[in-house]
Amino acid sequence: MRLSYREALNQAMSEEMDRDADIFLMGEEVGHYQGAYKVSQGMLQKFGEKRVIDTPIAECGFAGVGIGAAMVGLRPIVEFMTWNFSLVAIDQIINTAAKVRLMSGGQFKMPIVFRGPGGAAGQLGAQHSQCFESMYANCPGLKVVMPSTPADAKGLLKAAIRDDDPIIFIEGERLYGFQGEVPEGEHLVPIGKGDIKREGTDCTIVSWSKMVHTALEAAEELAKENISVEVVDPRTIRPLDEEMIFESVRKTNRCVILEEGYSFSGIGAEIAARVQSKCFDDLDAPIERINRFEVPMPYAPNLEALITPDVPRIVAAVKRAMYLEKN
Amino acid sequence: MGLASSSEGRYIPPRRRAHRAAKEDPLNVQRQENAVAVDKKELLALYQQMLTIRRVEEASAKAYAQGKIGGFLHLGIGQESVCVGAISALNPTDYVVGTYREHGHYIAKGGSAKEVLAELYGKSTGASGGMGGSMHLFNAKNRMLGGYGIVGGHVPLAAGVAFASKYRGTDEVTLCFFGDGSVPQGAFHEGISIAGLWKLPIVFICENNQYSMGTPLYRTLAVADVTERASGYGIARDRFEGHDVLLVKERIAEAVERARKTQQPTLVEVITYRFRGHSMSDPGNYRTKDEVEEWKKRDPITVGRERLIGELKVSEDELISLEAAVKAEVNEAVRFADESPVASEAVMWNSVLSTPDSDPRKI
Repeated sequence: MRLSYREALNQAMSEEMDRDADIFLMGEEVGHYQGAYKVSQGMLQKFGEKRVIDTPIAECGFAGVGIGAAMVGLRPIVEFMTWNFSLVAIDQIINTAAKVRLMSGGQFKMPIVFRGPGGAAGQLGAQHSQCFESMYANCPGLKVVMPSTPADAKGLLKAAIRDDDPIIFIEGERLYGFQGEVPEGEHLVPIGKGDIKREGTDCTIVSWSKMVHTALEAAEELAKENISVEVVDPRTIRPLDEEMIFESVRKTNRCVILEEGYSFSGIGAEIAARVQSKCFDDLDAPIERINRFEVPMPYAPNLEALITPDVPRIVAAVKRAMYLEKN
Repeated sequence: MGLASSSEGRYIPPRRRAHRAAKEDPLNVQRQENAVAVDKKELLALYQQMLTIRRVEEASAKAYAQGKIGGFLHLGIGQESVCVGAISALNPTDYVVGTYREHGHYIAKGGSAKEVLAELYGKSTGASGGMGGSMHLFNAKNRMLGGYGIVGGHVPLAAGVAFASKYRGTDEVTLCFFGDGSVPQGAFHEGISIAGLWKLPIVFICENNQYSMGTPLYRTLAVADVTERASGYGIARDRFEGHDVLLVKERIAEAVERARKTQQPTLVEVITYRFRGHSMSDPGNYRTKDEVEEWKKRDPITVGRERLIGELKVSEDELISLEAAVKAEVNEAVRFADESPVASEAVMWNSVLSTPDSDPRKI
C-alpha cells in the first residue's frame, strides 16, 4: 500500500499499541494537538489519554519518566518534538537510559524508544537544524535508527518498539510527506540490517535518512554519464551493518560517504575507518566524504544551501573517486 | 545589588536577611520530640539495621585506605536513621531510588552487607556484579532501583517508576531520595513538577545534610526551607529533624499512605548530618570541629541505643550481644568480598545491550 513516511510511523505505533497494552506514547503535543508534525494523528482518539500522553515542555522530566517506567517493565515511546530539544534531556538518555543495564549488572532492561525528527528542514536556523546521530552513536548502550523510506520507517519503528534496549529513532523532518510502498500486513525490518537502495558497479555511496534520496538523485545524474553508482543505506547507524558496506566496496572499489551532519567526529569518519581497515586492498581511490560544512546552520536560504550536501557535490565526489575530476 | 557592607540601619533586602538568619541558624527547624509509639522489637530491628550500615561503611573506609576498593566512596555515616526509618515504612513491593550515597538504602531495602562490600571490592558477587560500584547499587528482586551519580538526575526516573505503578493500577509507592545539593538542579524540578501534575504515588525525600559537597546550604539556596517548593508543584510537604529513626518512620509512613491512598506526592525534608567528608578525599575543612561534635551528640545510633535502654529497658547485655553479632556479620562480609571471584567479563559483555555480542564493534 502507498503511504507517507508520517502515516507509516503512525501505523507502526498504532499496530504495536494494539498488540501490547504496556506500550504508550508520551511527548509534547502528541495528543490533543495530534502531534506537532501530525505523526500521532488520531491516536488519542483511538487509545485515550492514558496511553497518548501530552507532557509539559520539560524534556528532561518526561524523558526521565519514560526511563523509570521502562525500568519497571512498561514500553514507552517518548516523542521529542525535534531532536534539537533532546539536548536538555541528554543526561537522562546517556547517563541513565544507556547505562542502567550495565550499571545494574544486567538486572534491568531499558525497552524505550526516543523518537522525533532530526536534520535540517529549511531555514529553521542554528538551533533547529541539527544532526545528532554521531553524538548518540558515540555511546555504547544505545541503538541509533534512521529510516529513509516509509517502508523502512514502519518496519524499523515496529522493531524498535519490540526491542529491549533504548533506541534513538531519528526521523527525517523533510521526509514526513514522502510517499512510498509499504508491504501489507506485519512488516518488520530488523535493527542492524542495511539495505541496498540502488545497485551499481562503479562506486559505492553510503548514506542514510533523507540524504539517501539526494544520493539517488546524484546516481541518476551520473547514470547519464554511464557511471553506475550503488547506494547503500545502513538504516541503523548503531549497530552498523558494516558487512553490507564492505561487500559493496569490494564490488565497486570506491567509496563515497554522504552525511547530512558535520564531518568532525561524524558517522562518516567511523565508516571510513572501518572500510579502510577491512577493504584496504579493494580500494582504488581514497574514501570521499561529503558533509555539512562546519558552521552552525545560518538562516539565509543561499547560505543554508551552500553548506548542505547537494547533488553537484556528490557528483563531483564520485568523479574524484573515479579519477574523472581533479580536486 | 552591591550591598557589600552592612552598616547599621542600612536596608537589607529580604533575601539577604533570610540568608543572614540562615547563616546563624541554617535550618531554622524546630527540634523534634521523639516519636510517640515505641515498639521494642521494632526499634531493636531498626537499631540493628542502622548499626550494620554503620559498620559496613566503617569497614569500607578501612578497605579504601588499604587500597582494596577504588573509585569514589561517599559515606552516609551519621545519616543512617533517614534511610532506615523511611524504608521501614514501605511494603516489600514498593520501590526505592537513591543517590550515590546509598549503601544504607540498599541494605534497608533488604540487601545484604555482603552484596554491598563485594560490589565495592569490584567482585562478581556484588550487588551489581561489580559493574556498578559504590554509586550504583541495584537489586531488582528487592525493588531497589539503584543509586545514581548525577546529582538530581534520578528524580524524573523515580517519577517514572511511580508513573508505571499508576499506569498499571497497582498500589505500589516509590521513595525517591536525594540530598540538599539536588534542589538547585533542573531535573529535580522537572521530576517533581510532573509528579505533582500527574498525581503520582511517590514520596520525595530530601536528606538535608546541610552541605552540597563542601558548600553550605545558605550559599546554594535562596530559600533554605526546601519544602517551600512543594507549594509551587501542588504537592504536600513535611519537614523535621531525622536523628530518631522511629520519628522518621512515623512521618514518612504518613507520606507513604498519602501516596498510596490518594496518589498525592509529598516533598519531605529530613534534616540530618554526615559525620565524614563528602567522599574519601574530603577532609571536611569547611566545617568546624565544634559543629561536627555538636551533631554527633545526636548520632542516630546513640539516640536509638539510649531509647532502647532508657525507655524500653533493654539490657546492656542484650545490646552488647546484638552489637557483637553485627560486627561478626560485617567481618564475615569483608572476608566474603575479599575472597569472591573478580567481576565477570561475560556479564559485562552481556549487560551492554539485550543482544549479547563480545565484539565491541558490533554493540
